[in-house]
Amino acid sequence: MTIYIPTPLRAYAAGRDAVDVNAGTIAGALDELTQAYPDLRKHLFTSEGKVRAFVNIYLNDEDVRYLPAKEATEVSPADTLSIIPSIAGGAGNALAHKFGAESPGRSESSL
Amino acid sequence: MSALRLRKADYDAIRAHGEETYPHECCGALLGRWVPDGRWIEASIRAGNTRTDSAHIRYQISPGELVKIERESRRQGLSIAGFYHSHPDHPAQWSQTDLAEAHWLGCSYVITAVARGKAAVTNSFQLAGDTEENKRFEPETIEVRDSVI
Repeated sequence: MTIYIPTPLRAYAAGRDAVDVNAGTIAGALDELTQAYPDLRKHLFTSEGKVRAFVNIYLNDEDVRYLPAKEATEVSPADTLSIIPSIAGGAGNALAHKFGAESPGRSESSL
Repeated sequence: MSALRLRKADYDAIRAHGEETYPHECCGALLGRWVPDGRWIEASIRAGNTRTDSAHIRYQISPGELVKIERESRRQGLSIAGFYHSHPDHPAQWSQTDLAEAHWLGCSYVITAVARGKAAVTNSFQLAGDTEENKRFEPETIEVRDSVI
């Protein structure tokens, strides 16, 4: 199967955007990936060996968290695994930064 | 300082997106190429904001949509090089929420302030650092061109 590497992690996978592995399960595939590229491990897993909360793993179009067997799910050579860090944020509760208030960290570096 | 180069059409599109979703935050992805001193963006893709509970101050792109966006980037021979979102009635400055929930190290995070429905300042910040522990936002220059090449 093919594992797609997101742009932030390619530096830890010899610059590759995809890595082919021969494992029979999702967990095996991730293990094979991090055996080949050990520097990826700390970016994907906590010190307890769990996938980091902000790292999403998709088997084809399915979130692995919601698969019945989760990471023990069997995979075939035609499957793909996507590693997708989450993307979120927003102005949040930064009321001090509301328009009209002083904003010390504000950047006006462009346009 | 790194630079984010955008086509004017994409620059205008992400600002217009912020105006359309006002008073809610908009969000999307930037596809392009990495160059030694920054990123050249060749396409912007709109995404849905899944934070319907507090969309005026928060945004989130569903990971399922991100998978599709990454697939599209590969189809075009590009990479995800950044993301954009808006700050309705807040400055174009990253917030603590933005930093805490930013995980695409090295990528650009573009923020447009939308004041009373009109796009105001647009800034870009690169998520610098190489771990979750030392990540930080650094301002970067936005270069708006007719063509990024």
